[in-house]
Amino acid sequence: MDNILEMKNITKNFPGVVANDDISLDIRKGEIHALVGENGSGKSTLMNILYGLYDADSGEVFLNKKKVDITDPRTAINLGLGMVFQHFMLVDTLTVAENVILGSEPARMHFINYKKAVDDVARLAKEYGLRVEPRSKVADISVGQQQRVEILKALYRQAEVLILDEPTAVLTPQETEELFQVMNNLKKQGTTIIFITHKIKEVLAISDRVSVLRRGKLVGTKNTKETNHPELAEMMVGREVLLRVEKTPAQPGKTVASIININVRDRVGTHKVKDVSLDIMSGEVLGIAGVEGNGQQELIEAITGLNRAESGEVLLHGKPIHKLPPMPIKKRGVGYIPEDRHKRGLILEYSVADNMILGLHSQAPFVEKFLFRNEKAIQENAQKLVEEYDVRPPNIKQLVQTLSGGNQQKVIVAREFSRNPEFLVCSQPTRGLDIGAIEFIHKEIIRQRDNGAAVILVSAELDEILSLSDRVAVMYNGEVSAVLPVEKTDERQLGYLMLGGDAQKAEGDVEIETAAE
Amino acid sequence: MWEYITFFFNATILAAALRMATPLIFTSMGGIFSERSGVINIGLEGMMLTGAFMGMMVSHYTGSPWVGLLGALVSGAIMGLIHAVASIQYKANQVVSGTAINIFAVGFTVFMLRTIFNVAGTSPPVPSIGNVSIPIIVDIPVIGQIIGRQNPMVYMALILVVVVHIFLFRTDWGLRLRSVGEHPKAADTVGINVFLTRYMAVIMSGALAGLGGAYLSIAHLSRFGDGMTAGRGFIALAAMIFGKWTPFGALGASLLFGFADAVQMSMQELGIPRHFVQMTPYILTMVALAGFIGRATPPKAIGKPYEKE
Repeated sequence: MDNILEMKNITKNFPGVVANDDISLDIRKGEIHALVGENGSGKSTLMNILYGLYDADSGEVFLNKKKVDITDPRTAINLGLGMVFQHFMLVDTLTVAENVILGSEPARMHFINYKKAVDDVARLAKEYGLRVEPRSKVADISVGQQQRVEILKALYRQAEVLILDEPTAVLTPQETEELFQVMNNLKKQGTTIIFITHKIKEVLAISDRVSVLRRGKLVGTKNTKETNHPELAEMMVGREVLLRVEKTPAQPGKTVASIININVRDRVGTHKVKDVSLDIMSGEVLGIAGVEGNGQQELIEAITGLNRAESGEVLLHGKPIHKLPPMPIKKRGVGYIPEDRHKRGLILEYSVADNMILGLHSQAPFVEKFLFRNEKAIQENAQKLVEEYDVRPPNIKQLVQTLSGGNQQKVIVAREFSRNPEFLVCSQPTRGLDIGAIEFIHKEIIRQRDNGAAVILVSAELDEILSLSDRVAVMYNGEVSAVLPVEKTDERQLGYLMLGGDAQKAEGDVEIETAAE
Repeated sequence: MWEYITFFFNATILAAALRMATPLIFTSMGGIFSERSGVINIGLEGMMLTGAFMGMMVSHYTGSPWVGLLGALVSGAIMGLIHAVASIQYKANQVVSGTAINIFAVGFTVFMLRTIFNVAGTSPPVPSIGNVSIPIIVDIPVIGQIIGRQNPMVYMALILVVVVHIFLFRTDWGLRLRSVGEHPKAADTVGINVFLTRYMAVIMSGALAGLGGAYLSIAHLSRFGDGMTAGRGFIALAAMIFGKWTPFGALGASLLFGFADAVQMSMQELGIPRHFVQMTPYILTMVALAGFIGRATPPKAIGKPYEKE
């Protein structure tokens, strides 16, 4: 097969890092080519160069054997390249059709022919099996549908090569399967696809060939059929990787925390958490699965005191904590890993040492005589934690914002876990992290469990839920629709429940313990 | 009861309301251009004032208020360009840049008035645009009294609203402008030139504010006075927000505020201090911003300079 696209010796430096180091990549016409690597390995940089958003420092791009100079997205579009970004490039307030035609509007004398726009979009959507209503506002449709709009945008511009940047990161398993169908449809119709991901399972499921990047360099390109999961993982990380979390069966003890009929409304009055009741035992991990935005975050905020529940109770060892502010809740032994480490959990402009005492900063030994910082204690604490939790670089004076995502997360984990909390609330603890850091944090969570902590784990990653949890609760539309022992459920069933499937009719003949009990 | 109603809602007051609303309509349409593209334009007041002065000056020297209008348009556009360079090119804080323009315009017009006309406070009378009657309509009872005989700029303002609406919601230019104000990176990735779009929008904004100012000096009156805009630029900004950044919404708000302006004299007769009436635009704006009348959501990217990576 012919190469439709060749990137030759691409190098791109950012201040202090070589993002792409002499990368040469061939893409064949009509293939699905997976591009994998950990975060920061240079996948997105390479694709942004291809799409004209960055200029390469050196290197050449050939399209259909002709050298091309892609200086901006407009040129890329005209050359038949289309890109679906990880963070969608959609205007919420406009309709699906408006978003699709934006920049290439069917217009006469600058007057847009909206009828033609809607018809064109509907026709394209039908042709490629991308179900979406052209007249809907983008703000009103689901994330999966928004992604289809992004793909339609590329197809509308007659893209021959479609770049998908981590398209599955925001999708449920069912939506991912639908996306794969769409990708196969596109392939059949002759579109070439570059598929960026860091999930090896997906590479094996959909791609024809796979290229692996590590630290800005191309490690190699393989035919997907001739490689396997461990080999790709090792290529990505540079060492052998433990793919499953090793853990012994849980030894649940007495109930540590009880959540009783919690209801939460948001500022505009939407009922976000509906009558949720859960018990969490010492020595177990209770996973909460669900598509994002189904009330998980609001539930966690009600437990940790960041938000007040409208009604209901949270008991820690039988004593109510739901009326307390976050600090006293922390003092009673609740550890919390927030879902957004930049917004909550870290102060990016502070040093590693200062971040490691956040929330404890007003307690001994970090403060003396009610007022003054005890620098010695703060530094000793940080030094110890940096070593114990392998934060790199191990410089406690460095600002947290200069650390990689994985090391930032380790700072939070170190701070929260080192106090041996009895009740640990982990919300998306490994989001956006690379395999190495995920492996580390998973081990630490299990270690806390084995030390007798009660753990709540909220995650959008079903793999994470299934490998860490002992019991799994599914949240849909603010309600806990089912609580299942992990060994009696699987990805398919959870995915079905996450999309609002009826717990009683869930596939697989398992007994379902309802949340209401 | 009927007395009170006719006290406020009679043809004379409504015609006056339309006249008072006209500079607000021009300027709020200008505000819509700028803010829909993502650039806050608090400098409307200064752009109006500059337009009022330059309109007067050009009218004085050419003898034609219509050429004066062109002068106001160009001078407003230049003020817009200054705001654009500061806030788009150099990514300055848009509120600070706009405020600087307001302060600059006050000093500039006072200085020019003294230097060129050698007078303080008020310019000599200059040729101005006179009222016109629209045949047939002027003979309709009540309606004729309200809209049948007005200044041509009043009619221009009303037509402008329709034109801006069509521009924003029916043309590809408008679609692109709105996308730039909502999600500039998305616009960039489909090949829209974010910087150019914003430049054009802010310059347009200044030009329309300049016309709004000129209405005061060479249509409503026929002279320029120091600080004659008297906060109307801010009221226009308020009208734009109250109208949720839509042309017809801003028209409605402008008419409401124009009406408040028109009745304030009558209010005094009733013993209500006119200052209370003068507060209404701002109180209504705060009410609108606080979300009592449906949420007033500004364009998402407003106030944020666009950084290409």
